[in-house]
Amino acid sequence: MSAQVTRSPNLGSRTAESGSRISDAGSREIALRRVADVTFQALALLVLVVALAALATLIWDIVSDGAGTLSWNFITGFSSRRASQAGIWHALTGSVFVIIVTALIAVPIGVAAAIYLEEYGGRSLGARIIELNITNLAAVPSIIYGLLGLGLFVRMMGMGRSVLAGASTLALLVLPVVILSTREALRAVPKTLREGSYALGATKWQTIWHQVLPVAAPGILTGLILALSRAIGETAPLITIGAVTFVTFAPDSIWSPFTVLPIQIFNWVSRPQVDFHANAAAGILVLVALLLSMNAAAIWLRDRYQKRGLS
Amino acid sequence: MTLRTAQGHPDPLSPNRVALSPPMGELRRGMRRVEFLIEWALFACALLSIGTTLGIIAVLTIETAGFLEEVPIIEFLFGAEWTPLFAMPRFGVLPLVTGTFLVSAIAMLVALPMGLLSAVYLSEYAGEGLRRVVKPILEILAGVPTVVYGYFALLFVTPLLQRVLPDLAGFNALGPGIVMGIMILPLVSSLSEDAMRGVPRGLREGSYALGATKMQTSVRVVVPAAFSGITAAFILAVSRAIGETMIVAIAAGQQPRLTLDPTKPVETMTAYIVQVSLGDTPQGTLEYRTIFAVGMLLFIGTFGLNLVSAWLRERFREEYA
Repeated sequence: MSAQVTRSPNLGSRTAESGSRISDAGSREIALRRVADVTFQALALLVLVVALAALATLIWDIVSDGAGTLSWNFITGFSSRRASQAGIWHALTGSVFVIIVTALIAVPIGVAAAIYLEEYGGRSLGARIIELNITNLAAVPSIIYGLLGLGLFVRMMGMGRSVLAGASTLALLVLPVVILSTREALRAVPKTLREGSYALGATKWQTIWHQVLPVAAPGILTGLILALSRAIGETAPLITIGAVTFVTFAPDSIWSPFTVLPIQIFNWVSRPQVDFHANAAAGILVLVALLLSMNAAAIWLRDRYQKRGLS
Repeated sequence: MTLRTAQGHPDPLSPNRVALSPPMGELRRGMRRVEFLIEWALFACALLSIGTTLGIIAVLTIETAGFLEEVPIIEFLFGAEWTPLFAMPRFGVLPLVTGTFLVSAIAMLVALPMGLLSAVYLSEYAGEGLRRVVKPILEILAGVPTVVYGYFALLFVTPLLQRVLPDLAGFNALGPGIVMGIMILPLVSSLSEDAMRGVPRGLREGSYALGATKMQTSVRVVVPAAFSGITAAFILAVSRAIGETMIVAIAAGQQPRLTLDPTKPVETMTAYIVQVSLGDTPQGTLEYRTIFAVGMLLFIGTFGLNLVSAWLRERFREEYA
């Protein structure tokens, strides 16, 4: 008993001593780690700042180059060999026309394919192969779709360099995106809804058509708009199928030749004259305005959807 | 009473339908047929994606076969001169391949480290508030049309770089490479972040319990654990860079040149396809077929990379299922 009492201060002092030795080296080590941690954080934040700065510079550069050229005459004017008289109406109408036809082709097919894969396909081998294929197609370079469109639609099917050929090409290009986003929207619909419908004696298609699709609709629409806003910025596949770069008219049927905003911008930026570069910047502003309004529509739909989900 | 009717009827759940029985049976058979037709129609739409892949392969193969009948494959793959539009045409694709490689490599030097760092930060450090600000900004960067990036590379970044590097040509690999890196950064960042968020919490907590700091945990535990997912993101980014068209078509030039000097004008495979498409090359000529042969090479390369990436992602999902 007494031995323990006499020994314990001794023991205590020894541990305290060795403890302080450890904490000396340890605190240096910990301080070092903390410095490394803070440096690492600062570096990562710097990266985000650089990305943000790049975006800000990009916007500033284009606005400062193009704002002076942007006018009502520019928007409603047609191609011209003189930069000051050139407008963008033909390209703007071309873009809108092509996107509408693209949507008419891609939306029904894409939504149908997504319904099959999500509601019917299950984990069958066929469905899995299709799934893997769609993931792969989503990453195929867009210019390859242009070559497909050139070989298949323009030549083999004889559509020529028309709005229809361009829209068909873009439809194939956005299909994987449409399918993937629609599947996500369908997956978000609760299973109980389907089971309730089955319990009332509805068939599978009745359940999908009357219960699942209305609930998933806003989510599907959001995905569709985002997919189409990707298509509206596409340039390479349409150049490959041979959309013309100098037209002086707005397209009036699906068979007429056409150009789109990004191609007109490309055409202007490729010219050596500085005046045309200002036109290109102004054209970019028009394109971005179109994109922003589409995205705003998508956000509005998402908000409406979320509000309805709460009530 | 009701019970007996129910037993007498083939469908015990709807005894009231007894009177309607014969037409109802027909209706039901009709409904079953409609259901069947609908399922097949939906399946046909899903099959169209396979059709797209087959269509791409068929179109590229037919035209490439026609091309290879006139140009030996050895000359095409290993020739060091690409002048198909000249009077004395040469069909060695190597200059286009090195041009593509050069620009993509520069883009990767920008996108991979930056993308990985921002992914680590967003996944391990950032609070919900910061993420809500940063993620949309990255999404906007990813959504900018590539023709806009081309404009930026040619008319802003290259002149800026020329102040530092006076030898830099007006068309070069460096400017578009850097801009392409910024364009691809969001892809690397968001896919890597997804992979890191898929790492189970327990691994992090174990690391903290051993006294590791956040950085040690991130770099030595989370990143290695998410390695296959991150690699998948990197490979997909490389595939994106190789297939990117408008930035290089606008800002890298149209001179096929066998060089790894980033200050000189180069031409990539994609830029060559654009160059020929802009001219009026008649169908069936050898020049017309060159774009399909180059496209075939591009397709094989990117498709292979995409498959590897998909396989890695699948493996990652299995690891932490």
